Amino acid sequence: MEITKELAIKLLKQMMEIRQFEDMIMELLAKNIAEGGSHLYAGMEAVAVGAISVINPDDYITSTHRGHGHAIAKDGDLKALMAEILGKKTGVCKGKGGSLHLADLSKGNLGANGIVGGGIGIATGAGLSIKLKKENKVVLCFFGDGATNNGIFFECLNMASLWKLPVIYICENNKYAMSVSVERSHAVKDITKKALAFDIPSENVDGQDVLAVREVVEKWVNYARQGNGPSFIVANTYRYYGHSRSDPRVYRTREEEKFWRERDPIIIFGNKMKEMGILNEEEINQIEEEVKKEIEEAVDFAIKSPYPEPEELYTDLYV
Amino acid sequence: MRIITYRQALNEALDEEMARDPRVFLFGEDIAIYGGAYGVTAGLWQKYGDERVIDTPISENGIIGTALGAALTGLRPVAEIMYIDFIGLCMDQLNNQVAKIRYMFGGKCRVPLVIRTEGGAGRTLGAHHSQSLESWLIHIPGIKVVMPATPYDAKGLLKSAIRDDNPVVFIEHKMLYNTKGEVPEEEYLVPIGVSDIKKEGKDVTIVTYSRMLLFSLEAAKILEKEGISVEVIDLRTLLPMDIETVVKSVKKTNRVVIVEEDCKTGGTGAEIGMQIIENAFDYLDAPIIRVAGADVPMPKSPVLEKLAIPDVERICKVVKDVLK
Repeated sequence: MEITKELAIKLLKQMMEIRQFEDMIMELLAKNIAEGGSHLYAGMEAVAVGAISVINPDDYITSTHRGHGHAIAKDGDLKALMAEILGKKTGVCKGKGGSLHLADLSKGNLGANGIVGGGIGIATGAGLSIKLKKENKVVLCFFGDGATNNGIFFECLNMASLWKLPVIYICENNKYAMSVSVERSHAVKDITKKALAFDIPSENVDGQDVLAVREVVEKWVNYARQGNGPSFIVANTYRYYGHSRSDPRVYRTREEEKFWRERDPIIIFGNKMKEMGILNEEEINQIEEEVKKEIEEAVDFAIKSPYPEPEELYTDLYV
Repeated sequence: MRIITYRQALNEALDEEMARDPRVFLFGEDIAIYGGAYGVTAGLWQKYGDERVIDTPISENGIIGTALGAALTGLRPVAEIMYIDFIGLCMDQLNNQVAKIRYMFGGKCRVPLVIRTEGGAGRTLGAHHSQSLESWLIHIPGIKVVMPATPYDAKGLLKSAIRDDNPVVFIEHKMLYNTKGEVPEEEYLVPIGVSDIKKEGKDVTIVTYSRMLLFSLEAAKILEKEGISVEVIDLRTLLPMDIETVVKSVKKTNRVVIVEEDCKTGGTGAEIGMQIIENAFDYLDAPIIRVAGADVPMPKSPVLEKLAIPDVERICKVVKDVLK
């Protein structure tokens, strides 16, 4: 796959934005500036960035409870996303959604979801909509390994295959559904096999390698655009932080964490770009500095933004 | 005016709205070739084809989730859940996604989705095909809940529901499909959220909805002969509830009986009664009394089933009690 410098910068920058965004939220949580909880995407950046980089602005995505990465990759505004996580009026959902409900329909992001598997129905319905309206769009439906044990996963994959809907189901297998490992909760360890029941083509991909993710997702996006129907991709990845901020990570070893941190998607991609002579160290550092500034600006914007007015409690419920 | 059945009125509403708006499509179990378990969608698949009348697998949660996704992206689905008893299977999608998504997203989306379903006892179908679960639904901010009792209201309200940009759960009653009533040939709409005084009276107000309207009107007729003048209010929409019409009536009659088919404890009548107390306590000359379903799973035996829901005799007796 050919990589232009422009694309390399875009991919690297987005992954860095996600990483720094998440690290910043961890900091804000620790300082109690961010209240409540947050499920962080750090470590998994290559999946959202790689997958979303091959679709068009008017294609759709649905996201998960660990959804900051998808929102940023789908052209999310860092300031509005950060403000949303702090519950501010300037947030992308006016402070009513929060971390679990980041959405921006104007950019094709049909939303994160507080319910595991909650976006699978929405994605399938968007696929039905595309088919009935005879559009040439696709839907990327993200969910975790845990969601593939949920009823709606089976219901919707069946319908999507039956009606050949243009949905690419992307399972982000980060090995743990909160604390329970795939080994302890899945009768079938190779999650791609679940798609066999619905005659949906499926494959595993290295979720730490943004270029590998791009290649696989692009293949199945083209397949969907040609009217061939859904596909199922399992991106094997790892989350650096615990499930949420209160998670002491007793269910996994520090050695395992070290193993995965050595497979860091940002480092892997940066090294590759250096090897290929597309980006040099200085350029990479410069991107990192730019992102740092962006994140600082986003936090500053979010902290300084006002909370919603009391009268906002009853608005936006009905049209 | 011409007389048609409740079933036919619903069928006409679907047909007219599908003809009017190409974004409207039907989505559910056995609605295409079979024409719906109660025949409401009969003939529509033949007329509009596979892409407008879609038979789904038995996947209630998937049906509602998929319908939501279609509604968010520019279509206007009318999903069918064959029996309201099956709504538990899709309560996650309905409660967590459909009802909340607009609010959670700060008002930046619309959910023009109708969920048609039917409920109620009367066919001795037992505990899994006879429930009245509307009180579960009125506890969910973000949806509307409509329960028409007459063919006229059924047609006008279904058309309004399909044109509404909010999610509407439209609950029909299995014992009403064959009932008949006046329905004009020309187009009309019945607004959601407006109750209707089906019979005027001055001594006591009955507040009711769905099939219990028919029982209440029958009771009112009997009581009339005994010199008791009953006002009968058909709520038609349970959420949002038009309590103003009820309060106005209470101020006139000073006495209220609520007639509901659902289980009494935590039922819709509790909400109606409390809203009356909050808004018209000073006008009440007697305690509000509920005539409601028994707090049991619906039994099969026709004898027990009859006992489990209100009947005309009980309504008459309770009305007389509140007048004592």
